[in-house]
Amino acid sequence: MADPILVVDDIVVSFDTTEGPIAAVDHVTFDVRPGEFLSVIGPSGCGKSTVFNVIGGLLSHSHGIVSVSGEAINGPHKSIGMVFQEESTFPWRTVIDNVAFPLELNGLPRRERNERAKHFIAMVGLAGFENRYPGELSGGMRQRVSLARTLASEPKILLMDEPFAALDEQTRLLLGDKVLQIQQQLHQTTLLITHNITEAVQMSDRILVMTYRPGRVKRIVEIHLPRPRSSDIVSSDAFGHYVAEVWSDLREEASRGMEDAERHALGTAGEAS
Amino acid sequence: MTAKANRWPLSPKLVGLGSLVLFFLLLEAVIRIGLISRYVVPPPSEILESFYGIIVHEHVFRRFLLTAGECLAAGVLITIFGVAGGVLLHRSELLRRACETWVASLAAAPIVLAYPLFMVLFGRNSWTIIIIGFIAGLPPVMLKTLEGIAGTRRVLINVGRSFNLTPTQQFWKIQLPAALPVIFTGIRLGLIFALINVVGVEFLINAGGLGPLINDLAERYDLAGTYAAICFVILVSVLFYMTLERAERWLRPAN
Repeated sequence: MADPILVVDDIVVSFDTTEGPIAAVDHVTFDVRPGEFLSVIGPSGCGKSTVFNVIGGLLSHSHGIVSVSGEAINGPHKSIGMVFQEESTFPWRTVIDNVAFPLELNGLPRRERNERAKHFIAMVGLAGFENRYPGELSGGMRQRVSLARTLASEPKILLMDEPFAALDEQTRLLLGDKVLQIQQQLHQTTLLITHNITEAVQMSDRILVMTYRPGRVKRIVEIHLPRPRSSDIVSSDAFGHYVAEVWSDLREEASRGMEDAERHALGTAGEAS
Repeated sequence: MTAKANRWPLSPKLVGLGSLVLFFLLLEAVIRIGLISRYVVPPPSEILESFYGIIVHEHVFRRFLLTAGECLAAGVLITIFGVAGGVLLHRSELLRRACETWVASLAAAPIVLAYPLFMVLFGRNSWTIIIIGFIAGLPPVMLKTLEGIAGTRRVLINVGRSFNLTPTQQFWKIQLPAALPVIFTGIRLGLIFALINVVGVEFLINAGGLGPLINDLAERYDLAGTYAAICFVILVSVLFYMTLERAERWLRPAN
């Protein structure tokens, strides 16, 4: 088996609050192998996005090491490309200029960067929209522009934080297909942060289930569904089996999260009255 | 909607022009009926007639160019120093905390009343007018630049960070273009403040331009001529507004 390309080793992240420091991520350890699709799933507030920000170098951790190809990283790294949950295209740039952004930073001449940008635009299925502005596109198309922009930087690891969270279910499934297709075509190592079980099972080789506060690794589920995959897989028995398996792990954590939110709401209401 | 707009590409302009003509016709009628005294507001037809007089006898175009030039100079100064000042306030938290309230207060201060001081400093010439216009128009540009840059969406900053942008690249490639619409709002406001003060100080120090002409005509009780001269002040404003709109469209075509 190949050496892991990404290692997250014993990461701890805590935040200072009025009630003292709170551990958001507590001794989280896992690795991702080259070409693998790993999803991190957990209930809201379990620290998934904190893990995303730590790996992407946008947030510092108080303990542990994140390393890419054996090199410890502390901050954003050119080997990691990030796709964010929120709409993150540059509204003042056309689709082609958005996608060419990382190539422009690398100092590529305009003609060459436009050619390469067109390649990635076609890859996400947006050929013909090169000269449109993000304001003229739908939410799903804008997320595809963000994905193409990140892919254009040719990262070793594609890191995505719930990129389809704001989209409707049908668009989400179709975009899931597109991501799968690209991942399989490029053998792209991918780490997806999500709270959607079907999305995680549809795309992943492994699913890491996190506990509710503090975020710890509860279990890692291996998904042995055939590849190449598409959204057709959702109708198979094996798919249903994996969804049930992940849900059985997640249910307890999601319940804890809900109870905590209710307790917090009651406390806030009590203070207000 | 789109199909209609394409079929009648000039219709919004025509409607705008038509409503203006309708307004003047109504005003003419109301004055002629006697509902508004013609000694307070002259009929638009008389204003129209008086254009000939102020063009031929009062050399209004020369005065118009002087006022427009003073406004342009003040506008260039408020854009350069206002944007730079706003960026500086954003960069230095200490400076922002120390000066933001002062800058906001300056926007409300009647700078025009300090014209004798500026006359002592710069003399009775265009520089006094330009500098007062510049100071009056500076605060909105600074404050709006600060607001625009500080309001850059967090996720766009994070995209820049994820691509390892240096702080300078982050500013030029993300923060400044993201803030441009708000900065332009500030420049528009600043130019309005500058124009009001330019015409006001021209009027006060009698150093050429449209301000003294309006004063002279009003003192001669040539009301139609006064209103006609005011039309040229409005023309300066319209010209600057249109130029800014074009500049913004060029810099941010997506808008």
